[in-house]
Amino acid sequence: MSESAAPLEAGLSEAECKAIDQWLSRFPATPQGKRSAIIPSLHIIQHNSGGWLPPARLDAVAQYLDMAPARVYEVATFYGMFEVKPAGRHKVSICTNISCMLRGSDDIVAYAEKKLGISLGESTPDGRIMLKREEECLAACSGAPMMQVDETYHTDLTPEKIDQILDELE
Amino acid sequence: MSAEVKTQQPETVTVHIDGQAIEARKGAPIIEIADAHGIDIPRFCYHSKLSAPANCRMCLVDVEMGGRPAPKPLPACITTVADGMVVRTASERALKAQRGVMEFLLINHPLDCPICDQGGECELQDLALGYGRSVSRFVERKRVVKDENLGPLVATEMTRCIHCTRCVRFLDEVAGTSELGAMYRGEHTEISTLVGSGVHSELSGNIIDLCPVGALTSRPYRFTARSWEMLSHGGIAPHDCLGSNIDLHQVRGTVKRVVPHDNEAINECWISDRDRFSYEGIYSPERLPSPQIKTHGEWHSVDWQTGVEAAANALREVVEQHGPNALGGLISPSATTEELFLFSRILRALGSNNIDSRLRRGDYRDGVQSAGFPGIEMAVPDLEQLDAALLIGAYPRHEQPLINHRLRKSAQRGGAVMAINPRAFDWNFALSDELVVSAAQMPTALAALARAVAKAQGAKVPARLAVWPTDEAIESNAQAMAEKLVQSQRSAVLLGGLAEAHPAGAELRELGAIMADLLGCGYGELTPGSNTAGAWLAGALPGRRADGEPCEGLNASAMLNHPLKGYVLWGLEPEHDLFDGAAAQTAFAQAEAVVAFASHDSPALRDAASVLLPIATLGETAGTLVNAEGRWQTFAGVGQPQGEARPGWRLLRVLANVLELDGFEYQAPDEIHHELAAITQDAAVGRSSAQVDPLASEPKPQGLMRIGLPAMFNVDPLCRHAESLQQSDHAAVAEVVVNPADAQRLGFVEGQSVTVTQSQVSRTMPVSLSQALPIGSVWVAAGIEGSEGLGALMGPISLKATEGGA
Repeated sequence: MSESAAPLEAGLSEAECKAIDQWLSRFPATPQGKRSAIIPSLHIIQHNSGGWLPPARLDAVAQYLDMAPARVYEVATFYGMFEVKPAGRHKVSICTNISCMLRGSDDIVAYAEKKLGISLGESTPDGRIMLKREEECLAACSGAPMMQVDETYHTDLTPEKIDQILDELE
Repeated sequence: MSAEVKTQQPETVTVHIDGQAIEARKGAPIIEIADAHGIDIPRFCYHSKLSAPANCRMCLVDVEMGGRPAPKPLPACITTVADGMVVRTASERALKAQRGVMEFLLINHPLDCPICDQGGECELQDLALGYGRSVSRFVERKRVVKDENLGPLVATEMTRCIHCTRCVRFLDEVAGTSELGAMYRGEHTEISTLVGSGVHSELSGNIIDLCPVGALTSRPYRFTARSWEMLSHGGIAPHDCLGSNIDLHQVRGTVKRVVPHDNEAINECWISDRDRFSYEGIYSPERLPSPQIKTHGEWHSVDWQTGVEAAANALREVVEQHGPNALGGLISPSATTEELFLFSRILRALGSNNIDSRLRRGDYRDGVQSAGFPGIEMAVPDLEQLDAALLIGAYPRHEQPLINHRLRKSAQRGGAVMAINPRAFDWNFALSDELVVSAAQMPTALAALARAVAKAQGAKVPARLAVWPTDEAIESNAQAMAEKLVQSQRSAVLLGGLAEAHPAGAELRELGAIMADLLGCGYGELTPGSNTAGAWLAGALPGRRADGEPCEGLNASAMLNHPLKGYVLWGLEPEHDLFDGAAAQTAFAQAEAVVAFASHDSPALRDAASVLLPIATLGETAGTLVNAEGRWQTFAGVGQPQGEARPGWRLLRVLANVLELDGFEYQAPDEIHHELAAITQDAAVGRSSAQVDPLASEPKPQGLMRIGLPAMFNVDPLCRHAESLQQSDHAAVAEVVVNPADAQRLGFVEGQSVTVTQSQVSRTMPVSLSQALPIGSVWVAAGIEGSEGLGALMGPISLKATEGGA
């Protein structure tokens, strides 16, 4: 069975182990060194698990890195870029920090929420889009208000632009 | 070389804390030095037994070095002392910082002290009084956190949590289970397992004590008393040979909860869950309410005089009609020393030496040792200093959780803790070596290891070892272990409950002693019950009287396998507490008289006994327990016994009087204590010197071998009747654990219901598959519902699929 056909629900694939090993090789071979590999490991797993981190996959990471699952859960829940509950395929992060706020990001957030019928922190029922909560400054203040959709920045947002960008997401 | 000099004379520095010049250990945190000198620094996250993360910031103090003040107040829990340092714990700047932190902590803390169990003993409440504002400046909504079910022992109210992370660090650093974590971030931080897996550590109750607020409270104690209405009395935990020091908190004679009493030499500041929650068993509805007599197969509740006279007459009749040797006494090794002493004296006064307290022993061939009582030849704190420890047939994590904690500390220091066991166990630290062999192979394996030790030392292999066969495969395995043992300066050989219950246990004890001799190290038996040492001292054994005189009597196995006419039972449940429950049932069924002194009632006891007399249990009686080091620990009663139960020593005194025996005129238990202490004052821990040859030609055992110990929360009647402990998954219903290869051979699948049979007694239980068991061995825990009354703890067993079962 090919790997990409269905995301793994538990355990780690061989390719994932290899990718994690590569990160492990950059840190000292100590328990502390292994802890340093948690964040890159979680990126790899989330990418391969439909955009979120199923608990069984977190346990697999913990086992692979030889630590208690709770230590991995802590990291996975701490950072905004990791999801521990099923989330939409596309992560939409609208900046609400000071520059964007002064340029009307609150209205942009309200518009996006109304359009998608969800609040910040929620995903659309079809699993297409997730509106991330509490996004802080993404260092693109010159184009405020701005947002990040997956790995792309979109600046100088207006309701029309939001329509166009969100409608284009698969 | 220089390192050695340093450890002998640790460098000290002089610090000034609040104007007081203090000599302090270099590198110590300020808060530790301040605590040692009675200078109070407020704190929430700091705990002397845990790492210091400095995350609550309550302990901010003003620090000045070389006349230059630090730019900001510094946390006293991670700022280490230095020569010439000046610390002000209550300067204006320090107080302002502490008050500021307190205001932040109170922002989200609910004002529900009147309905909070922690109220009155809350560190936050206490410090808020000193450092808090009388009016909150915060008008926004407080956050609310959903509670998580952590299990039947620890209740949660996570809205109250101030994220000190003491519980997280305790489970990580002390319990070794790392079950909790600080999930999410900032204002959304929650102490949680995230996945709802609960907390299962055998030491979990300690997080209740550690929690500075009412976020983690005791579920059994919840809402049953207020801290200020309770009185505290010292006591000794009666469930394992460590003898943890406890405080019983009572209101009008009712024990509401049990907490640890600090004693660095024994339990530090912890106790196991078994010691903490077993008090619920005192108030079990299954307590035996009054004396009971069986006439013509029917039980009648009678008054004390009738009950004691019936008991006395029954015993007298057995002796008169069948001679004193037809009478035998079995007494729990967790009875108090006073009870053990009087019990044995009464039986001996009636002419019988058939007395035994070694109820779960599998091998009596080495008789009763005369050199000293069984125990450990080292102080408990020394266990954590060991460089190597060899555990033989032992799983202290469940048998003596806090001895396991000491061994865990030794392993964390780099000590090599290794085990030879008839199954693999779930340790909470990494063993350096784990040798799992079938029970039958254990003496061979141990002999191989002893030979390897002698070889590694370059010494002559003791001739005695030649009586055990050699096994090449084990021999090579043993070499690595032997080298670690030989290279260690401080090592120990420790035997546990599985060695005690082993059918060749006498060989294991002899081999353990040979090994300790070779290594010149301490030998120890982690003995069953809480008072095995006391039982030896009190003479509750067939071959030794309290005054040290040897004598001849039947041991527990002989008494049950060659039934007697009369038995006296003390503090035991025949279906749970004996090595061979099946043999016990047969023996008691044919006896003319069985007088049972019991704290708790049970159908099996009523089947076995003809007279039942209720005795006091934890908190209801005074007495002495002698722990495995030989430490005598005396405690007083806290409240009146339940129902008509009476303290054991008083009951035995009355029985002796009714039997018209001399020398039982005691007015108080300390008279008994002093009398025994006077005749046993020189006794110390000893090893058996008996030589025991291997059991006659062991053919490859046909069929399956059962191995089993009582489940952790089911070792004695008291904890078996403690409701909350019984709801935890450590006390789950019986199952038979089988190696997958055996299961395949027998055609069993996981969860299938099978009938297990030992000595014609059958029980039905589900199968669980595990690689932890060697092929040919199955694990059936004792003491739990579903496995009661089965045969030998370690002995042949047969399994077959239950008819009609899936």
